[in-house]
Amino acid sequence: MATSTGIYHRNYAAELRLRHTKAEKARLALMAVLLLSLPYILNVYWLGIVNTILIAVVGAVGLNILVGYTGQISLGQGGFLAVGAYTSGILATRSGLPVPLAILAAVLVTAGVGAFFGLPALRLKGLYLAIATLASQEIILFVVRRWTWLTEGKGYVEVHRLELFGWRVDRTMFEVQWYWILLVVAALAVYAARNLFRTSLGRSFMAVRDQDIAAEAIGVNLTRAKVTAFAVSSGFVGLAGALLAHYTETVTWERFTLDVSVLYLAMIIVGGLGRVAGSVYGAAFMMLLPAVLTEVAQRLSTVAPFLVEQLPAVKNATFGLAIIAFLLIEPRGLDRIWTRIKDYVRCWPFRY
Amino acid sequence: MSTFVALLVYGLADGAILAVAALGFVLIYKATRVINFAQGEFLLVGAYTFYTAFVLLRLPLVLAAVVGVLFATVLGVLVERFVLRPLIGESAISVIMVTIGLSTVLRAAVQLFFGTAVREQPDILPTGSIELGGVTVPLNRLLVVLIAGAVLAGFALFYSRSRHGVAMRAVADDQQAALTMGISVARVFALAWVLAAVSALVAGVLLADLAAVEQNIAAFGLIVFPVVILGGLDSIPGTVAGGLTIGLLKQFVSGYADPGLAEVVPYLVLVGILMVRPYGLFGETRIERV
Repeated sequence: MATSTGIYHRNYAAELRLRHTKAEKARLALMAVLLLSLPYILNVYWLGIVNTILIAVVGAVGLNILVGYTGQISLGQGGFLAVGAYTSGILATRSGLPVPLAILAAVLVTAGVGAFFGLPALRLKGLYLAIATLASQEIILFVVRRWTWLTEGKGYVEVHRLELFGWRVDRTMFEVQWYWILLVVAALAVYAARNLFRTSLGRSFMAVRDQDIAAEAIGVNLTRAKVTAFAVSSGFVGLAGALLAHYTETVTWERFTLDVSVLYLAMIIVGGLGRVAGSVYGAAFMMLLPAVLTEVAQRLSTVAPFLVEQLPAVKNATFGLAIIAFLLIEPRGLDRIWTRIKDYVRCWPFRY
Repeated sequence: MSTFVALLVYGLADGAILAVAALGFVLIYKATRVINFAQGEFLLVGAYTFYTAFVLLRLPLVLAAVVGVLFATVLGVLVERFVLRPLIGESAISVIMVTIGLSTVLRAAVQLFFGTAVREQPDILPTGSIELGGVTVPLNRLLVVLIAGAVLAGFALFYSRSRHGVAMRAVADDQQAALTMGISVARVFALAWVLAAVSALVAGVLLADLAAVEQNIAAFGLIVFPVVILGGLDSIPGTVAGGLTIGLLKQFVSGYADPGLAEVVPYLVLVGILMVRPYGLFGETRIERV
């Protein structure tokens, strides 16, 4: 029930809905149409980028649960992705476990590892926690790099082409088929995260973020909330890692360095801390940025040839500048910008 | 025995550079409560400015050093004024991320101007070796220890005796009290960043002289974290102790056990210290109240 003065609910069921107004439903429908038609519009190259975005969405949602909603800074994202990727890749390929089971195992294992590395969070806050998770990132990566059993001495894990219940991803239709799989998984992850923060567990996470001592005073079990937040968040990240393993079909440690942790943090900052939708916007923005820059540089290659030559440096500089610019100009990210646009349109021609 | 002494000298040299790099980090943290993830990139920028002045512009050594210090000063002031000051009072995550963004930009700038190839720089310190108690040790490593020691002593003297040093300590102790005493907190913040950039310049040039002028110098910035946590984030003697400990530990593990393991040992120490004594060996223990 949207009126000019607000939203009124006449029964509990209406209040519990995720979307209340007609405009929200219309936007959702529009979004659904767009997502369903994407594989028919885009060529294979851009569809591949969309696929990496969808994987990043799962990971970014996971990180946002921890950083944005619970307020626990983590620089260990890359390490947790690695745990998910290696677990699922090895279980599916070497133990012959069905892929869904391997992915499930990866989620559980990563959640466990995340909870373990979250233990310092019980004593540490803010800056110290950031440094502790930096250490966990380096330690996990070291283990992955040096434990020869993982890769059987090859330095990488080869993962079989994805096979679900006897159905195999086709080589010619690779990106399209993966798009449907990843779309479903990413949508489920977003939906799950959105609902998580309507439960008492999710609310306790937010209470810990806003004021941990006050949260404890009103009966939130701090220890449990923090460790669970690390576990839940790492579960999502493990899922993203497992998807990455099966999608790219090779797992190497270079994909999980500290730069990846920073990339994911950048996603949720640019998108909006503590907003599920923000993780989606941020993931799309950060994954599209290099692709768009490449495109622009090639278009401008006749006017400004140095752009193509210096592309890696330009990409890095833009990446850093984007982080700084968002933090200085709009710390609440793309999600907040989108809200402001909606408000502007809704109230037009008035200012508010 | 000779292996032991060699590792000792190498470790001390590494540790001394680490201590100088960590000093800037601690100065920033003490004055402004900012964790600077771009410290390694300050080293990198310092090494490359010195390289530009010394090798590309063919300036004499002293003049090149002056150019380096000037550039570091300007960089420190600009970074503080335009990147960090708008974020005063923001959450820890924002401050951390802005320094990470800064580090990416600085590294990209170096990459833009100099590319990724390793640059050759003539050795500044003599490369011979001397006999010390029956063991030959490389001269330049010993000199690095001495120079770093002198720089650290100079900074310590500045911090404890000079007017500005006292102002910095006052701000670190209590910002509001310092403000009421007429100390410009903004100027102290800028000074902290300038000192950090200058100490990073020293560390970067020393490191480049031992190894080479290359992008890898920035990686040194990450090992600063174990150093400062070990020593205590807000303790200057702690940086020396932490730097030397981590430097020696890395060299000994690398020499006696496994070079790969040496990469991760500092972080294991870091986790251990955080579990047992989060405020480090020399850090100030703060009690948090509601």
